[in-house]
Amino acid sequence: MIGLGIWGRRALIGVPFLWLAVFFLLPSVIVAGISFAESADAIPPFRPLLSLTSAGLQSHATLANYRELAEGCLRVYATSLGNAALATGLCLLIGYPVAFAIARAPGMWRHLLLFLVILPFWTSFLIRVYAWIALLQPSGLINRLLLAAGLVETPVPLLYNGFSVELGLVYSYLPFMILPLYGSLSRLDETLLEAAADLGAPPWRVFVAVILPLTLPGIAAGMLLVFIPAVGEFVIPDLLGGPDTLMIGKLLWQEFFDNVDWPAASAVAAALVAVLTLPLLVAQRLIGRERAA
Amino acid sequence: MGTRGGAAFRLSALALGFGFLYLPIAVLVAYSFNASRLVTIWAGFSTRWYGVLLEDDKFRAAALTSLEIAAMAASIALVLGTCAGLAMNRFPRFRGRLLFGFMLLAPLVVPEVILGLSLLLLFVAAQGVLGVPASRGVLTVTIAHATFTACFVAVLVRAQLASFDRTLEEAALDLGARPVAVLWRITLPGISPALVSGWLLAFTMSLDDLVVASFVSGPSATTLPMAVYSSVRIGVTPEINALATLFLAVVFTMVALAFWLMARQERRRIGAM
Repeated sequence: MIGLGIWGRRALIGVPFLWLAVFFLLPSVIVAGISFAESADAIPPFRPLLSLTSAGLQSHATLANYRELAEGCLRVYATSLGNAALATGLCLLIGYPVAFAIARAPGMWRHLLLFLVILPFWTSFLIRVYAWIALLQPSGLINRLLLAAGLVETPVPLLYNGFSVELGLVYSYLPFMILPLYGSLSRLDETLLEAAADLGAPPWRVFVAVILPLTLPGIAAGMLLVFIPAVGEFVIPDLLGGPDTLMIGKLLWQEFFDNVDWPAASAVAAALVAVLTLPLLVAQRLIGRERAA
Repeated sequence: MGTRGGAAFRLSALALGFGFLYLPIAVLVAYSFNASRLVTIWAGFSTRWYGVLLEDDKFRAAALTSLEIAAMAASIALVLGTCAGLAMNRFPRFRGRLLFGFMLLAPLVVPEVILGLSLLLLFVAAQGVLGVPASRGVLTVTIAHATFTACFVAVLVRAQLASFDRTLEEAALDLGARPVAVLWRITLPGISPALVSGWLLAFTMSLDDLVVASFVSGPSATTLPMAVYSSVRIGVTPEINALATLFLAVVFTMVALAFWLMARQERRRIGAM
């Protein structure tokens, strides 16, 4: 490898570099550009940013798409961020005890349990979200159990509202929380816990003073892995949500497919990237540090 | 935490956690064997929905399209991701390395709706300027899937290279092997677990993708998730439950096999010690 030669080196770097430049970087620039375009009744459905007329080169760039977004859709951004933040918190609350228990399980069991956490990654996301529809329907299993137990008189509205979207987010992203937490917890030095207990710390104190600080990297990684994709989620708000639970991913989809307003969809995308930039920067720092370690 | 209370707490955490993760899947599978068209009322055991599914040309065609795209995209992603992983691992400095690292990480976290929209706009612009691609379909979906799955392959390759023993390569070079031969006969076999899991990951991610494919595909190509999505939007049908069950059965078998192989390997290693 050391002496692979200048051409080998160029190919190793150049091929993936060019591919990503053409199919990732360039498209991002195009989206940013079109977000300043005027939508038009044409194919493709927007006006070019620049046009050559008898009066010379004319610019048609406009901030109208962003203005409309700020006026009409701030609530959608707030809903998305709120839903994602709540889902992140709930995943942490549910995922931490599960990851802890897996890390403490005996050898073979630990492998099996980890496999069961990873398995959903390999199965269809769409199908796992779909599975909830039948459960949450007014005539679904959960409502029929509640009715049979006499807990409710009429079916509870569980589907197509904020509850079902939140449930879908927590359900779908829970494995993304458990895995990094498990990574941190399995590296925990057992002797530190014993030392703390020997010195008289009650279990809750051991947890707060020793376990929690030592697993902070896993907590941070898990929170980012849940929060970032949850903000831009489309399938869950689309299949489980209602009209009041519009999220950014679905807004973008509607602007593009239903309203055929490509500039508006591009503005939604650009604003979403802006919203995610801070957590993305944190994520990159964390990944970089993990790699250095 | 080693008390009996601790053990009970851990057991209930596992039971509740895994119950939550697997209960919906279990119900989904159970109702695929329901005799009734309703997915909420049990009317006796039947396999009729599997028959309906197997005769449904729409799903069969979509499944074949998806498999074709997934195999091609995963293979392209494997080549791109392996090159990128090797480059990032072996060349500590070159012009554009920072940008390269950014382009390798960003697609992992950028929402799918943005990946899909931006690639579609690229394809439309390219069609307007260059005339290619003439139409959108299998090719454009393959390119899109190869792009974001390559970044996942690169992560796996880099992780494996980080723990790779370089002395083997140096020994081979000292013994007079050409660098290309070292790459083919030492390095790539050495990181083969990452290559296999990278290809499989790319394959399943491509097979699973709805959002990006919906943006960049055209009327000529409907992938399996697109077909499932359009029928799920109309309503819940037992046919989808049957399809999901078949899909899960294949995945469960593959993962169980991998688990069994790993367990056997570990037992052998312990036995050898």
